[in-house]
Amino acid sequence: MATITAHGKPAGVSGPRPEPPARRQSRRRRQLQNNLTGYAFLIGAVVCFAVFSWYPMVRGIIMSFQRTRRGETTWVGWDNYERIINDPSFWTAWKNTFYFTALALILGYAVPFFVAILLNEFRHAKGYLRILVYLPVMLPPASALFLFKYYAYDPSDAGLFNAILNFFHLPTSDWMQSTTMTMPAMVIASTWMNMGAAVLIYLAALQNIPGELYEAAEIDGAGIWRRIWNVTIPQTKLILSLMAMLQIVATMQLFIEPLILANGAGTQDSATSVAYLIYQHGFFQNDLNGAAALGVIMLIVLAGFSFVYVRLTSRQD
Amino acid sequence: MTQPEFPKGRTMSAPLYRKVVAVAAAAGLAGLSLAACSTKSDDDGSSSSGGKVTITVDCQPVASQKELLANWNADVETFQKENPNIEIKSVSVGTQCNNPPDFTARLQGGTTTDVFYGYMTDLQQVLDSGQVMDITEYVNSTTIPTWESVDAGAKATFTEDGKVYGVPTKNYSMGLVYNKNLFQQAGLDVKNPPKTWPEVREAAKKIAALGNGIAGYSEYSAGNTGGWHFTAEIYSLGGQMVTADGKKADFNNPMGKQVLQTLKDMRFTDNSVGEKQLLQWPDLLTNAGAGKVGMFVGAPDATTAIVTQFQGKYQDWAMGPMPGQDGAAKATLGGGEGYFFKKGLSKEQVEAGLKWIAYQKLTPGKGQFDYVRAKPQNNPVGLPQPQLFTIGSAAYGQELEQRKANANVTVDDFAPFENNPVPVKVEPPNAQAIYAVLDAAMSAVLTDSKANIDQLLKTAEDKANQVLATGGTGS
Repeated sequence: MATITAHGKPAGVSGPRPEPPARRQSRRRRQLQNNLTGYAFLIGAVVCFAVFSWYPMVRGIIMSFQRTRRGETTWVGWDNYERIINDPSFWTAWKNTFYFTALALILGYAVPFFVAILLNEFRHAKGYLRILVYLPVMLPPASALFLFKYYAYDPSDAGLFNAILNFFHLPTSDWMQSTTMTMPAMVIASTWMNMGAAVLIYLAALQNIPGELYEAAEIDGAGIWRRIWNVTIPQTKLILSLMAMLQIVATMQLFIEPLILANGAGTQDSATSVAYLIYQHGFFQNDLNGAAALGVIMLIVLAGFSFVYVRLTSRQD
Repeated sequence: MTQPEFPKGRTMSAPLYRKVVAVAAAAGLAGLSLAACSTKSDDDGSSSSGGKVTITVDCQPVASQKELLANWNADVETFQKENPNIEIKSVSVGTQCNNPPDFTARLQGGTTTDVFYGYMTDLQQVLDSGQVMDITEYVNSTTIPTWESVDAGAKATFTEDGKVYGVPTKNYSMGLVYNKNLFQQAGLDVKNPPKTWPEVREAAKKIAALGNGIAGYSEYSAGNTGGWHFTAEIYSLGGQMVTADGKKADFNNPMGKQVLQTLKDMRFTDNSVGEKQLLQWPDLLTNAGAGKVGMFVGAPDATTAIVTQFQGKYQDWAMGPMPGQDGAAKATLGGGEGYFFKKGLSKEQVEAGLKWIAYQKLTPGKGQFDYVRAKPQNNPVGLPQPQLFTIGSAAYGQELEQRKANANVTVDDFAPFENNPVPVKVEPPNAQAIYAVLDAAMSAVLTDSKANIDQLLKTAEDKANQVLATGGTGS
C-alpha cells in the first residue's frame, strides 16, 4: 500500500515537473490559436445577446427604479412597483395569465402529445400528416389569429364555430365577446397555431423509444393506455418536462392573442394579460418606468417557475 | 457567504446556479425588453451647412395615398424653390401619423424627425420625454404670417406655463356622423339628423330594421376607444370625467348611467347596434366604408378616413351636431394635431420648420388649404373642420371663401353640424389610463345583457380613482 505524504502524494511517486515559463507560454498561445475559430464563431452570438437581450434586461431593471419627467431621470426607489401593483388591472392581468397558462397546460400541452402518439402509430402517409399538422406554424401568427377572429369566432351564426355548433343543434357562443369563453377561445387558437412544432418534437422523442419495450408490454397483456402510461410517458419524461417548462414560460408571455382576438383587454378586462398590461403602460400611458417594473415582476415569477423546473430536472438527472 | 439551504440538506451546486440564472434570464427577457428598448439617440442626420438648412419632417403620406403623397411632394418642391436655402427631408410614418405605440417608440428612442407630428393631448408625454424644444421666441407673425389668426384655444393646447412647444395644424370636435343612403332607405329625413339620444335610438332602430347586417348606430368598446367615446357622450349630457381639481373620478352619476343605459338598451332591447362588438377605430370605419353603419359619433375628418382608407364615398355621408339628452348637447369632446420641434435644433432649423408649417398647414390657398388642387381629387373640400382660424380674422375669411368656392362635398350635408356649434371640452387628465378603465364598462353593456350598470360604474370609478391617486401615468 502506498504511503500518503503530507502533500497528499503517494511516497516515491514524483509529480509532473513544473514547465519552464517559455514552454508554458507557447502552449497557451497554441491553445489560444486552436480556439480562435471557436471564439470567432462565439463573438457574433455574444454580441447579439449582449446588445439585444442582456443590455435591455439590465436597463429594464434600472428603469424600474427610475422615473423620467420633463427629460430628467431620477431614482424613485420602489415607487414604480407600488404604482403598478395598485394598477386597477394588475391582479386581473395575473389572474387571466395564470388561467390561460393552466388552460394551455390542459389543452395545449396534452393535445400535441396525443396527436404525436397518433401520428406515430400511422404506417402510411406519415410525411403528409406531419406537414398537415405543421402547416399552421408556417402561417404568420397575426394572420392565423385574424382567421380565427373573423371566420371562426364571429358571434353571429355565420361564424365557423357557431355554424358547426348549430349543425349539431348545440348552443352557440359569443366567443370573444363572452367573459367566460374569451380564455378558452384564445387557448384553442393558440394551440392550433403552435402545436405543429410540439408535435414534431414529441414525434422525435417517440421514435427513440425502443420497439421491444412495447412488444414486451404487449406480451404482458398491456392495452394501448397501459402502454402509453407505462412505456411512452416514462420514456419521454425528460422531453415532456422540458416542453412543460417551455409551455409555461411561453404562455405566461401571452400577448398577441389578446391584442388581435380581443382588441386588447377584451370584454370587461377578460383578456388583459400581464404582457398586454406592460404594453398599455409603456406605449399608451406614457409610463415606461411602470412597464419596466411590471416586466421585472414578471421576470421574478418566471424565474420561480424556471427554478422549479431546474430542481425537478436535476433530480431526474 | 452562506449558500441557500435546500431540502434534504443539499446545497445548490455551481452548475445549478448557472442553470437557474440562465433559464430565468431567458424567461423574463421578453417582458422586460418590451419596456426597455428605449435608448435615446441623438443621431438625427439633419444639419445646417454651407448656408443650406436641412430639416426632417414626418407625416408624409404613404405610397398608397397617391394623391395626398403627390400633393405633399409638390408642396415640398414649390417650398424649396421659394426658399432655396431650405431642404425638406420628408419621412413617412404610416397612414395614421400618430399611432400611439409607434409614436411612443419613436419619442423614447429619440428617432423622431426634427419637426414631428403629434396630437394636442401629447404635450405632457412629449415634455416628459425631454425631446421637445421651447419655440416661444421663434413663433410669431414673421415666421408664421397667420399666427395671430390661429385659434387661441388650439394654440393653448401646445403651450405650458407660457412656453410654446408646438404649432396646431388641425382641430376637430365630435358630432353625429350618419349615412345618408341608409337614412333614405329607412325613411328618415336626411336633412334633419337626430339631435337627442332618444332620437338617435329611434333612428337606429329604423336603420337596423333594413337588415343585411346593418347597424343603426355603431360604438367603440376596445383599445381605449370605448372610454374615449364614453367621455364624448357624458360631455354631451353635461357631465365630466374628473372633478375640477382633477383628483377624483366624476362619472359615476346619473349621466354616466344614462350613457351606458342607452347603449345597453340599443344593443339588447332594440338590437340596433349589431352583434359584433369590441370595435376599435379601424373596425368601425371598415364597417362604415362597407355601408353597414347608419350613425356613429365622430369628427368631420372621419368621413375623410372612410373614403381615403376604407373605400367609402363622400356622397354617402353627412353630419349633425353631437346629440344631447333632452335638447342640444351641453358639450362635446374636441382635439386636434400639430407639429413639435425636436430639442437641439439650431435657430435656423426651427425657423425653417416654422416656415414650412406656415406654408403647408397655415396659409389659405396653400398646402392643406389648397382647395383648387384638392377639388378634382378624392380629397374632401367643404368639410366644416379644421377651423383653425379665429372667426372674423382675415385668414378665416379667406379660408372660408375658398372652401365654399371649391367645395366638392355637399356643404349642406354638414350644415346641421356647422350651424349648431356645441361647446368643446378637452380630454381628461391621464386620459388613456381612464379610457382603458371605461372600456370595460362600454364592452360590458354592449356584450352582456345582464351587465349591472351601477356595479360597472362603481368599479370603473374605484379604478379611475386609483389611477388618479397614484398618478396613473406616473406624471
